[in-house]
Amino acid sequence: MINISEVLETNKMVEQQNLDVRTITMGINLLSCADKDLVMCCQKIYSKITTLARDLVKTGEDISREYGIPIVNKRVSITPISLVGSACCKTPEDYVKIAQTLDRAAKEIGVNFLGGYSAIVSKGMTQSDELLIRSIPQAMATTERICSSVNVGSTKTGINMDAVRLMGQIIKETAEATKEKDSLGCGKLVVLCNAPDDNPFMAGAFHGVSEADAIINVGVSGPGVVNSVLQSIKGESFEVLCETIKKTAFKITRVGQLVAQEASRRLGIPFGIIDLSLAPTPAVGDSVADILCQCGLEHAGAPGTTAALALLNDQVKKGGVMASSYVGGLSGAFIPVSEDQGMINAVECGALTLEKLEAMTCVCSVGLDMIAIPGDTPATTISGIIADEAAIGMVNQKTTAVRIIPVIGKTVGDTVEFGGLLGYAPVMPVNKFSCANFINRTGRIPAPIHSFKN
Amino acid sequence: MNKTIITVVGKDTKGIIARVCTYLAENDVNILDITQTIVGGYFNMMMIVDMTDIQIPFDQVHNELEVIGQTMGVQVKCQKEEIFEKMHRI
Repeated sequence: MINISEVLETNKMVEQQNLDVRTITMGINLLSCADKDLVMCCQKIYSKITTLARDLVKTGEDISREYGIPIVNKRVSITPISLVGSACCKTPEDYVKIAQTLDRAAKEIGVNFLGGYSAIVSKGMTQSDELLIRSIPQAMATTERICSSVNVGSTKTGINMDAVRLMGQIIKETAEATKEKDSLGCGKLVVLCNAPDDNPFMAGAFHGVSEADAIINVGVSGPGVVNSVLQSIKGESFEVLCETIKKTAFKITRVGQLVAQEASRRLGIPFGIIDLSLAPTPAVGDSVADILCQCGLEHAGAPGTTAALALLNDQVKKGGVMASSYVGGLSGAFIPVSEDQGMINAVECGALTLEKLEAMTCVCSVGLDMIAIPGDTPATTISGIIADEAAIGMVNQKTTAVRIIPVIGKTVGDTVEFGGLLGYAPVMPVNKFSCANFINRTGRIPAPIHSFKN
Repeated sequence: MNKTIITVVGKDTKGIIARVCTYLAENDVNILDITQTIVGGYFNMMMIVDMTDIQIPFDQVHNELEVIGQTMGVQVKCQKEEIFEKMHRI
């Protein structure tokens, strides 16, 4: 039988330590909506999303109430749209119309983000992919809830440097197109390498083609819980530190497993995966950087940060894998700067640099995330940053990503306010030396030798 | 069985157990176990109950218990048992 101290422990995690289910994401296949007529395609898309996901928000709220666990976001991810719109879109403006349809559908069902305005161009770009990519700035400027992503490389295919070069330009154009809002459009745009098909977190979520018609994926989160638990074991050995994180990750992930299975049962849609990521929010106490400080660092970014993050990431996975029947998505620790008060503090006091963040992306689950940079950073430099992250992902057989915001009109010393869950960020300095000649070479970087496993 | 955990947390007040138990009896909720402890000066009670025979929706029980708690200055929560089972058992 459950005893009272276990009940109190769980409720304390929720009430005082920010334990929550970060997202229930319904993945929806839109390939069946493809049509040679744009208006028909939009109608089919709107209809499928609003039918399948009609009860998603209410189901999330019901489960939240019955189990006493907050379910912060209900979201939808779709098939990368460059596949769906391929038959009917002849211009980037055609794709923008689809973006606006998706935005209307998202508002109708009440989700706060819809991800999948995406293209997978790891080896090469089709005409449709290129139209989609070129439509991104306008799509981000004229919609509110749509998230976009482009996968530019993979361990198996190498890095599509033509796409990398293009994405540097597109990010700048998106920043320009949304400059009235501090270039917020770039906060909804991610460039990835080795993107998974089942990631439930925005902005990189899409419903990959290897998936079934519809799926429920859940992302859990609990940096506050881990933080709290570590406070009681100051000074203990690495063994105790690791075991504590692992057991806490188990409990956190079990909450996600329960919610996912319940949501799946009530909506009649199969359960896909739990993404057991430690995802911070700007709320006090909900910081991954603070966990690194609990491990013994003065600030995130100090020497030892990469090791501490590697330890944290690994123990989260070990505890979480035991707790769930299917684990997928990104599954690890997130290090978004603007969404983590501890990271913001570390940048502001000079402890954390872009270069250190790049090192950290080698050992955690995501990449350079929610980082504000000067608005006059050249497109080729942004492409260079993307190429670096893609190389890290490609060689280390992991997902990496870049969600970087060149804030038009702002520079180092300024702060950018994105609002809500996206938080705020100090503008970080970027190495001023040029990589233009490197980026302007055409073609692809081939797949690394160790990808030849057959 | 439709097991639910009801927790009551707050400053110790006369009649808490009586009020909650009366409500449960009136609504055909069977009490399976009660544990009570004082932690840091606060009254903590946990009841494991069976809601199989309730005639009103779970949400209504949840909300009415919450209101009873507020009138007595304590926090009453009503949660399905699985969340605790899943977190604390392998």
